[in-house]
Amino acid sequence: MDRNISLWSVFGVFSKIGTFTIGGGYVMLPLIGAEVTRRGWLSAEDYKDVTILAQSAPGILAINIAYYTGYRIRGVKGSVVAALGAALPSFLIILAIAMVFTGFKDNIYVRRFFQGVRPVAVALILSAALDMAKGSDWNWWTAALALGTVFLVAFLSVSPIWIILTVIAGAVSIAALRGRSGRGRTDGKEEDSL
Amino acid sequence: MMLFWELFYTFFLIGLLNFGGGGAMVSLIQSQVVTLHGWLSEGAFTDIVGISQSTPGPVAINCATYVGYEVIHTAGFGTGAAILGSFLATLAVVLPSFLIFLVVVRIFDRYHSSAAYTYAMKGLRPVVAGLIAAAAVVLTIRVHPVSVIAENFPDWKAWTLFAAALLLCQTKKLGPIAIILSAGAIGLFIY
Repeated sequence: MDRNISLWSVFGVFSKIGTFTIGGGYVMLPLIGAEVTRRGWLSAEDYKDVTILAQSAPGILAINIAYYTGYRIRGVKGSVVAALGAALPSFLIILAIAMVFTGFKDNIYVRRFFQGVRPVAVALILSAALDMAKGSDWNWWTAALALGTVFLVAFLSVSPIWIILTVIAGAVSIAALRGRSGRGRTDGKEEDSL
Repeated sequence: MMLFWELFYTFFLIGLLNFGGGGAMVSLIQSQVVTLHGWLSEGAFTDIVGISQSTPGPVAINCATYVGYEVIHTAGFGTGAAILGSFLATLAVVLPSFLIFLVVVRIFDRYHSSAAYTYAMKGLRPVVAGLIAAAAVVLTIRVHPVSVIAENFPDWKAWTLFAAALLLCQTKKLGPIAIILSAGAIGLFIY
């Protein structure tokens, strides 16, 4: 937390991101990452942790990331302001379309613009996945987890929640086993995690 | 009045039950709004999804805002009431994850120096990398039935844009916002 960062600037940055995220919530991942690390609000490593927490909880990924990033910057107030900033542009644009520009979708220029954006949105999402992969300790286990997740979710439509819960359960079990046999680190905190 | 409450309750449930990305949430919204409650026709909902995918912001937020507006409007209320409907639906869809977030940060503060947390983060990092990659894979191989345009990759021009964007983003030569806007501008000329 850093009280020198004003809530207005948090709101401003997230509404800018909300305005320019075209192609769905996952595209927001690299956008938020670029903005918050460039401003020194979060380190690249902290942003990866935030992404993991946001992806592991239910809800809209982009809004979750706004909650967790905003919280890291300015606490609970920061999280509310960040989510508001991320959602407000969408809200206003959709209202404008619903009330006035009902023919928006069929406009030829809109179609051409989005035809250009679509493949690039996929590239930005893939880039975010590569960034996340870069910091991992790669071994057979983690590689199998990453590739297994892609296969289960993209091709078998398995809900991510089952994979996330399995990993958390595994982590708690390993910590418990190592803690009990006394071979692991014994800093006293491990007991809390049981 | 009952309709406003039902709208709020329905979108609260949608926000609570959704795991793993906007695509999953769109089918959840469809099952509640079209199939269960019959508030909107299949065709009206398809139009809403198309617009939600081609306007800025998370698709699920766009969808909630638009559905909230249309449900109240279709029921015969005026514009003011419809705006209230869109506000309620949008608030309701982000509220559950906010409440869960408040619990998660408490758990985080308590356990973030524990061994279990360290192991969980080590294991979740490749999983989350996989989940994000899966979103990209799904967008590449699957043609969304209610998409504005037929395919994300209809020709070699699309693949060229894809490769250029990936290279620029990975080498940090150009920021993501600049990449999106340039791609849209190029789209105006080549399509």
